[in-house]
Amino acid sequence: MLAKRVIPCLDVRDGRVVKGVNFVNLKDAGDPVELAAFYDREGADEVVFLDITASHERRRTVVDLAARTAEQVFIPFTVGGGISDLDTIRDILKAGADKISLNTAAVADPSLITRAAARFGSQCVVVAIDARHVMPSSPESEAAPSWEVYVHGGRTPTGRDVLEWAKEAERRGAGEILLTSMDTDGTQGGYDLPLLRAVSEAVSIPVIASGGAGSPADLAAAITEGGADAVLAASIFHYGTYTVRQVKEYLRSQGIPVRLTS
Amino acid sequence: MRKRPVAIVDYGMGNLRSVVKACARAGFAAESTDSPEAVRQAPGVILPGVGAFGAAMENLERAGLRDPVREAAAEALAGGRPFLGLCLGLHLLFEESEESFGGENPRGLGVFPGRVVRFKREGLKVPQIGWNTVVFRQRHPILTGLADGSYFYFVHSYYAVPADPAAVLLATEYGATFASGVARGSLVAFQFHPEKSSTTGLALLANFGCLVYGKIRTEGTEQEGERGQ
Repeated sequence: MLAKRVIPCLDVRDGRVVKGVNFVNLKDAGDPVELAAFYDREGADEVVFLDITASHERRRTVVDLAARTAEQVFIPFTVGGGISDLDTIRDILKAGADKISLNTAAVADPSLITRAAARFGSQCVVVAIDARHVMPSSPESEAAPSWEVYVHGGRTPTGRDVLEWAKEAERRGAGEILLTSMDTDGTQGGYDLPLLRAVSEAVSIPVIASGGAGSPADLAAAITEGGADAVLAASIFHYGTYTVRQVKEYLRSQGIPVRLTS
Repeated sequence: MRKRPVAIVDYGMGNLRSVVKACARAGFAAESTDSPEAVRQAPGVILPGVGAFGAAMENLERAGLRDPVREAAAEALAGGRPFLGLCLGLHLLFEESEESFGGENPRGLGVFPGRVVRFKREGLKVPQIGWNTVVFRQRHPILTGLADGSYFYFVHSYYAVPADPAAVLLATEYGATFASGVARGSLVAFQFHPEKSSTTGLALLANFGCLVYGKIRTEGTEQEGERGQ
């Protein structure tokens, strides 16, 4: 049976790991390759690097990161953050990454998804969506909840509806959706389950839940109630609150199929 | 004396760097090469690959690699130089694939009788992406030290249906039960990616290295010998 995946996420800037709390207040926490290799040993199913380097050196640093990771890490890894052209995607994949994730550039030019999927295959194209709940016009409103797509690391609203964008991404060839709730991200109060459920039901490609994990029970809920195929978390792993193994043992105790290494 | 490295066939289908690095971590040297001569002379051959079946066969043909690869696989079938097919490299060992785009179904190397088909069950997410378990259907030295039911990392939309059930080494459940590993003699091939399957995948690659460099034999008899490097 296909296992549900547990994925530590590493925010990387200038080749070093940082962790955003609501995307600000960054703390330096080490070498990304070493940390990823540690997570591999601990039983993580994949790792995701989100590069937030803001300089023109970015392309070289992400390719270098992928190349160094491929020497030490023997689980699939994804590189995302600021990727906007096919040449960069090619270089990252060639260096040994399994997938790339597209966010802001794909919203600006959705054909990037189509072109990347046609050239490299859907299996390596992840579309990352940063979503924020849209407040109803009045508290008594009975309209279905909706969410808006944000870009630029969650700073810029786009006016786009998250469900429509997720469906378009799938239609254009995205292999997976990495769905982050801007409302719950950094709170450690649990994933945004209504958002997750809505997106999981809207698309038939795997959805990776992100934003808000505080306990193993949150990860379990994202899978059982939110319909997620994979759960991504950062703080609970980086700060050692829980190990990947503890989380997986808990998921297994809840009847969720996971890969547990001996 | 430095041993000749295993040849990883580079025919322009996907990135091979992860396979090279994983072999090194598993304890033996492997080099990617597009030279037919290197494929003919290497002590063992790995045929990796990600992408479309038809394009892969065209690329092999164009690079002059089709015959050396087919011969190497046939040699392994008879117990000669070990040969390892990975993912698309497993598919290519079969006779044909239904992975066509309008035209005729592309023909494969035909080392194993059978064909390659797409996952078809209604509601099944395709490609299968993620970790799934394998059930042992045969004993083979490539599985030395591995536990029946181990997890490996899969990414694929198609799978092979061997005409000869005796060729099935491993079986996996995804919508249907399919052959996730095939083996005969010293020819082995896996649908999953050992190079991305953490310690379990590295153990499998290490076993392949041992097959190549003579530490274990396809008959399953352990014998003394140097580990490749």
